Amino acid sequence: MPDTAIAEAPAKGSAKAATGGNILQVRNLEAWYGESHILHGINFDVNAGEVVTLLGRNGAGKTTTLKSIMGIIGKRTGSVKFNNQEIIRTTSDKIARSGIAFCPEERGIFSSLDVRENLMLPPVVREGGLPLEQIFELFPNLKERLNSQGTKLSGGEQQMLAIARILRTGASFLMLDEPTEGLAPVIIQQIGHTIARLKKEGFTILLVEQNFRFASTVADRYYVVEHGKIIDGFSNAELAANMDKLHTYLGV
Amino acid sequence: MQALYAQLLVGLINGSFYALLSLGLAVIFGMLNIINFAHGALYMMGAFVAYFLLNLGGINYWWALLFAPIIVGIFGMILERTMLQWLTGLDHLYGLLLTFGIALIVQGVFQNYFGSSGLPYAIPDQLKGGMNLGFMFLPIYRGWVVIFSLVVCIATWFLIEKTRLGAYLRAATENPTLVRAFGVNVPRMITLTYGLGVGLAALAGVLSAPINQVRPLMGADLIIVVFAVVVIGGMGSIMGSIITGFALGVIEGLTKYFYPEASNTVVFVLMVLVLLVKPTGLTGRAA
Repeated sequence: MPDTAIAEAPAKGSAKAATGGNILQVRNLEAWYGESHILHGINFDVNAGEVVTLLGRNGAGKTTTLKSIMGIIGKRTGSVKFNNQEIIRTTSDKIARSGIAFCPEERGIFSSLDVRENLMLPPVVREGGLPLEQIFELFPNLKERLNSQGTKLSGGEQQMLAIARILRTGASFLMLDEPTEGLAPVIIQQIGHTIARLKKEGFTILLVEQNFRFASTVADRYYVVEHGKIIDGFSNAELAANMDKLHTYLGV
Repeated sequence: MQALYAQLLVGLINGSFYALLSLGLAVIFGMLNIINFAHGALYMMGAFVAYFLLNLGGINYWWALLFAPIIVGIFGMILERTMLQWLTGLDHLYGLLLTFGIALIVQGVFQNYFGSSGLPYAIPDQLKGGMNLGFMFLPIYRGWVVIFSLVVCIATWFLIEKTRLGAYLRAATENPTLVRAFGVNVPRMITLTYGLGVGLAALAGVLSAPINQVRPLMGADLIIVVFAVVVIGGMGSIMGSIITGFALGVIEGLTKYFYPEASNTVVFVLMVLVLLVKPTGLTGRAA
């Protein structure tokens, strides 16, 4: 997929519209951790150039959805199509090489690697990744700490490093799992700016968030996950009309 | 004094073998989480491959240094692909038992065909003779073993700690799932890592052939001491296993000079002391 393929503005009015720029299509996705059945048939789409957010309570299955797309879960069934390629049976290294990059909830910074090595770790999977200068422009802190041990960074810096390293690879579909978790408001704001900037650069982003207020500043569309299913979906424009429902869903 | 230097040299040579073997064990343990009990048998195979290359193929020592690690490394990778990889995620005990069984089978096969006595392997012409250093006589082959081992150890350390490939290895030691999700073929990397560790053992076997002769049980005798070295140094630390390997060889050599009765047990006494004071080993990180 060319990086310039920014789709037309995300479909207004319906969360399940727009097949033109459809980049990810998840159908009847089920997943298991050992014996426990976590996802019970997830259905949703992401269009090129969008920021889509999965909302839901703790344990609803948001993270498992991302891991299932990435192929790092014990057992999964159903269909996940990325750029019209079925990837439900594909191993995670091949999924990554098809252009999906993942930033895990626990950030996954390696303690035996310094910041530079952490940053350079993910292999380039195709052309069109952000050059280092641009990454340092987005995250100036990282440039100063290149020689520090990865896990000596603050929580915010580690999150930036976890995002930064997947921007280099040329993957244009990013999955970010709770990038704001446990971070100070000023850093959350910086991550918000980064996501907006990445969207402008043409990245497609699938976000998992508990922090609804943060999500509302960056997302084009929302899906609500509950008990391993998508129970609702709406666009940012429909947000105001759905606030009451949403409060019930999220229990806030 | 002559005797002291001679024992120091013997210690350094044993230390070279300890370092090469424990380095391979550390690399394998870090990546596969397997305590590779087959290591001694693979070291022995390295020496035998050198013997066969010379006596059946007319291929000399220098080529054996290259080919024996490759041949034994490939044998190791077949073991990994067909057996060890199925143990991923299980307790250490399974890997230890499986590799112990492999060691017994390999040794048994060689013993069946070659008995227990040693086969001679001549020192290559270029390394024959010795040098008088003034304070002692240094057989050139022995000096070569120490220096070559040191170079190989440092090269391995450099590969793992300073290169991009090494960064993959270290990262995959911490979190293989995530490294794979970045697009690295981790299972293939694990196979190659096992091949590398096994290749180091085979290399030590070739180096040892002219000194210790080629015997089916040469690895079984050595591996117990090497495991003690690994426990003292700390499982999984690269530099730790190199330094501890050489240091314990020297300590053993010195003990032979000052108190010969303890020379066979000093390493194990140290192991007990280290386990009491610092159970993760001198340079080991907590698991």
